[in-house]
Amino acid sequence: MTALGYNFGYLDENTKRMIRRALLKAVAVPGHQVPFGAREMPLPYGWGTGGIAVTASVIGAGDRLKVIDQGADDTTNAVSIRHFFAKVTGVGTTERTGEATIIQTRHRIPETRLREGQILVYQVPMPEPLFRLEPRVAETKRMHALADYGLMHVKLYEDIARHGHVAISYNYPVLVGGRYLMSPSPIPAFDNPKMDRMPALQLFGAGREKRIYAVPPYTSVTSLDFEDHPFQPVRADAPCALCGSRESYLDEVVVDDKGGRMFVCSDTDYCATRQTQREAAE
Amino acid sequence: MNGLTPGFADPVPDAQACFRALLEAMARPGRVERLAALPEAPAPLAPAAAAVLLTLADAETPVWTDAGPVAEDWLRFHAGCPLVAEPGLAGFLLATGGLPALAALEAGTEEEPHRSATLIVQVAGLELGGGWRLTGPGIEREHRLQVEGLPRGFLADWAANGARFPRGIDLVLCAGNRLAALPRTTRIEEAG
Repeated sequence: MTALGYNFGYLDENTKRMIRRALLKAVAVPGHQVPFGAREMPLPYGWGTGGIAVTASVIGAGDRLKVIDQGADDTTNAVSIRHFFAKVTGVGTTERTGEATIIQTRHRIPETRLREGQILVYQVPMPEPLFRLEPRVAETKRMHALADYGLMHVKLYEDIARHGHVAISYNYPVLVGGRYLMSPSPIPAFDNPKMDRMPALQLFGAGREKRIYAVPPYTSVTSLDFEDHPFQPVRADAPCALCGSRESYLDEVVVDDKGGRMFVCSDTDYCATRQTQREAAE
Repeated sequence: MNGLTPGFADPVPDAQACFRALLEAMARPGRVERLAALPEAPAPLAPAAAAVLLTLADAETPVWTDAGPVAEDWLRFHAGCPLVAEPGLAGFLLATGGLPALAALEAGTEEEPHRSATLIVQVAGLELGGGWRLTGPGIEREHRLQVEGLPRGFLADWAANGARFPRGIDLVLCAGNRLAALPRTTRIEEAG
């Protein structure tokens, strides 16, 4: 049952229509940021309002929703957004990546390969990849229009000159469809290769900055690099302490005040599934 | 206003279902989507084309159509959209017979390519497989789509539309209760 007094999905139909128009244009121009009117939400900017607005405009009664925050289904932001949609739409929710039709995420891409028929909705704090290099929006708009991304290449070059490698571990800039420079939202650079030619549709919503953008399925997403300094995703050099995975992205957890620490999968569903399989095998 | 036929039976879920079909169609160009919940649109409106306008058009979007006064009254009543006489001023266009010149439509600007028009075209036939070979974003290798009823010379106009990327219009093809979409990024080849 949905909460009484709310429209399905919380947003009113006029707002949904406006967001839906923006989404279709965003898909038509992969990687281009489309402005939209971000409405007031029952949680503040910075807590995923952009992602929620996109999900609310897309979701229908037949969907199954999964929400993750840094890969985890059980953290505050994920739990409250999942409950919010269960309340205002009545749709089924799940923690299993394979069962979900819509996955709203904050700062991770699930380890399980996504498939056609799934939609990945990113919560984006800052949609403009060039904002640290050029604060004027009018200028960045022009740079996108001209595909003038020299500034970003200079920044990467300076990193290499100073540190010997590109010192960006998350929010690593990508080029979409060979044309638009795009912020992948603050996912770890480790996740960047998963965006490339992903069978699922990827939608991005930035509530505070009021921008929507998208990557259609099977669209090239390349991380910026140089021929002699190719892009290298970074992963902690350890197996997961719980499931033993050597492929997944790891979180470092401090376990005592004597310098003790452990590495565990950031993707809780992936880790739990592997642990269950391992127990079943024993 | 006598004889005005109904719009969506259940507007919130019906518009959502139509939008999801559109989103899927736009994200995977050339895939044909079938709409289950359709409005009772007056002739010559195809049910799918009418559903698309009810889903996307409202007071903020000027609409152009060649479908005649009955269809215009229906759109005005159900979508509440302003109707314009000049195709170049419209955000959405619905062509039921013949195509307006693509080059005359709003194509957006280099900085704001999202301000471009969306052209909805009613065609005689829309079938998966055979016919055109489509490539571009959203397509793994290639999609095949058979479209009947588009004017000669359309492919040349479409290539010109794609050449001005990121500017350009996007197309929604409708036949009966089916629809397919061609975003400006889709390249079309006539398959031999």
